Amino acid sequence: MALLQVQNLSVSFDTDEATVGVLDDVTFQLAQGETLGVVGESGCGKSVTSLAIMGLLPKPAGRVTGGEIVFGGDDLLSYRPEQMRNIRGRRISMIFQEPMTALNPVQRIGRQLMETLQLHRPQSNKYEQIEICVELLDRVGIPEPRQRLTEYPHQLSGGMRQRVMIAMALIHVPDILIADEPTTALDVTIQAQILELIEELQRENGMAVIFITHDLAVIAEIADRVVVMYAGRVAEEATALELFSQPLHPYTQGLLNSIPSLGGIPKTQLKTIRGMVPSFANMPSGCRFRNRCERAQQICAQEIPKYFGAKYARSVACHFWQDSVVDVK
Amino acid sequence: MSFLARLGGGCQMNDIKKRNEIDSENVTENEIYIENVSYIPPLLEVQGLTKLFPVKQGIIPRTVGQVHAVDDISFTLERGETLGLVGESGCGKSTVGKSLLRLVQPTHGSVMFEGRDIVGMNRGELRALRRDVQIIFQDPFESLNSRHTVRKILSEPFIIHRRGLKAEEKQKDEQGTEAERKQNETLSPKAEREKKVCELLNRVGLDESAANRYPHEFSGGQRQRIGIARAIALKPKLIVCDEAVSALDVSVQSQIVNLLLDLQQEMDLALIFIAHDLAVVKHVSDKIAVMYLGQIVETSTSEDIYRAPKHPYTEALISAIPVADPTRRPDRIVLKGDVPSPIFPPSGCRFHTRCRYALPRCSEETPLLELATDNSSGGSAACFFWEDLKLPHSQTKEIASK
Ligand SMILES: Nc1ncnc2c1ncn2[C@@H]1O[C@H](COP(=O)(O)OP(=O)(O)OP(=O)(O)O)[C@@H](O)[C@H]1O
Ligand SMILES: Nc1ncnc2c1ncn2[C@@H]1O[C@H](COP(=O)(O)OP(=O)(O)OP(=O)(O)O)[C@@H](O)[C@H]1O
Ligand code: SF4
Ligand code: SF4
Ligand SMILES: [Mg+2]
Ligand SMILES: [Mg+2]
Repeated sequence: MALLQVQNLSVSFDTDEATVGVLDDVTFQLAQGETLGVVGESGCGKSVTSLAIMGLLPKPAGRVTGGEIVFGGDDLLSYRPEQMRNIRGRRISMIFQEPMTALNPVQRIGRQLMETLQLHRPQSNKYEQIEICVELLDRVGIPEPRQRLTEYPHQLSGGMRQRVMIAMALIHVPDILIADEPTTALDVTIQAQILELIEELQRENGMAVIFITHDLAVIAEIADRVVVMYAGRVAEEATALELFSQPLHPYTQGLLNSIPSLGGIPKTQLKTIRGMVPSFANMPSGCRFRNRCERAQQICAQEIPKYFGAKYARSVACHFWQDSVVDVK
Repeated sequence: MSFLARLGGGCQMNDIKKRNEIDSENVTENEIYIENVSYIPPLLEVQGLTKLFPVKQGIIPRTVGQVHAVDDISFTLERGETLGLVGESGCGKSTVGKSLLRLVQPTHGSVMFEGRDIVGMNRGELRALRRDVQIIFQDPFESLNSRHTVRKILSEPFIIHRRGLKAEEKQKDEQGTEAERKQNETLSPKAEREKKVCELLNRVGLDESAANRYPHEFSGGQRQRIGIARAIALKPKLIVCDEAVSALDVSVQSQIVNLLLDLQQEMDLALIFIAHDLAVVKHVSDKIAVMYLGQIVETSTSEDIYRAPKHPYTEALISAIPVADPTRRPDRIVLKGDVPSPIFPPSGCRFHTRCRYALPRCSEETPLLELATDNSSGGSAACFFWEDLKLPHSQTKEIASK
């Protein structure tokens, strides 16, 4: 049984002009101890998916319009706010994409860490708490942890803020850690250190991880399975090995081709996917990728490609995924 | 000094001094005459840039020390050139970037933009400078006013620098066709701005309908495009990209990188490109400076630094680059030891606490950034032993070949 099952999840946002459906029929599952990578174009709904799981969609604009999120046998969407509060931070924790929005700018780092700590270890005294905080900051590679506790978020570099967030999420090891671009602000050596730390916690505690990133190299390194999203839908799901050796969806193929390689020629144009992401207000009918897809046919405009269980127990939402198999071979 | 000589295109120390003295008479011209020799200063010339942040402690805050965020950094940048700036989180990259616009006030050193020192500029001069020098931040929240629509955000530069727009339009009109000229003449200032905003949005790959929306209605990556649109609005000469593409997924990243490369060609734009994705940095940069704890430890061309790193820190950095291939677990050089404190930086070579090649001398003497005189196309490294080390070792080579 999956630890977390996201089933046909749909989410809408109200904007000044209209209500736009952002997530459409998103389905994936997460097993215990597994690392699920989520990749996709900016704005495709990765963060919204994780906010929906956390019950933190911005109110009142954002709303779940369909589907379920099953965790521990219950549909989290049916939980009352105080029930969700019990889940958050204890069973499911999240590292947010923009640390400045999650850290309080007018409160010292130490105070913020200790507030979280207080929730999980109310019996510890202040001196113990300070020591725990110092240890946590040390663990995520922050120099001079004791000094940092007395500082405000703006006094830290971007990467350090991100690591403070990681430290905060790890005060209590959850069942599921949702990490939204956790290493985007970090340099490669610290990134390697953080990835190792997450893997270590997984080994020790069987924690499952949803790892959201646009860095495919990081996905290749850390994920067991990968969900590729496009414009609010799942385009493809596969094990990391399969996805990188044989991407089936034209969008995934485009993504993999766009990665700049260290062996490439500097200052030359990189490969891209032509066109731009359609806005949610005017999505193309049928397959949402069709105005950018080189393989598109008439049927792509008429029918939404179903999320096929394709070859090797993987899934892909494309009418012509079989062509990819031929392509590669 | 040798570093400056190499990257500065023949600019000598006493020239700089002299230029400082005659500075004020010639601020309007880019060309400055020294002893009857015509001299065109580089677009940007940074000399001994240092920024110390005070560390305060106690109930009545008292300065107990200083963060050596940037410590004696020098480099030059020519028009249309890209300098990549890489290094560990907290090593001072953003502080360097911000100093170039005087968003932080340097403690020591000079930052010459087109021959004028920005360190002593008054408010008016700074405002003019910020037309030419723009910065795009890593955290788009920091830079976009959340209460303004995208239209307002993108119109602002044209309103603040009204005169500039006119001049530029005029220039364009002279080149444009008769029909275009007619069309432009009939536009009211407001309609003209509206047209500009739409052009900008299209240029960075956003729909024109985005103009009516607020920053929080966009995803992180889309906000970053808005930031880029605003930065290029006034056709600057230099843009500091502080992790500007870090929040973008690869296909958009490659579009934005292509866009920056295009703009660079079109506008002879110089870039300072700060990022931790070393593959991207390599792709966009002509030369790269590697920073460690507030100092530059190595500079080279972007080709050479990956193929033949000379400084042990560069070597470790390159070995940590993740590669998009799940069958390969890279053999990393894991940096041992704690990240040292920028308040009490280690003695001698600042990297000695974590360097796997460190010898006693490294903690006693400070290696200077020296021109590397091997066969490669130049560059400099601040390590006593770079010549003997024969970097890179096998795993780094493998990564570089990927
Ligand atoms: N508060 C909101 N109001 C209206 N629309 C919103 C709101 N928050 C998000 N959206 C829209 O939902 C879509 C998905 O946003 P989301 O933040 O999930 O993207 P993402 O995949 O995380 O992108 P990125 O990689 O850039 O972080 C975007 O198109 C965005 O415009
Ligand atoms: N306003 C400030 N007050 C005190 N210290 C500061 C301030 N701004 C930066 N620092 C310190 O200066 C050092 C360099 O910070 P900077 O933001 O330049 O790093 P960076 O290289 O950009 O890091 P990152 O890659 O994480 O963004 C850090 O130790 C940081 O804590
Ligand atoms: S369904 Fe059609 S348009 Fe969509 S990805 Fe497949 S081939 Fe392209
Ligand atoms: S000078 Fe010594 S400590 Fe510094 S990088 Fe070279 S070998 Fe390492
Ligand atoms: Mg996001
Ligand atoms: Mg920074």
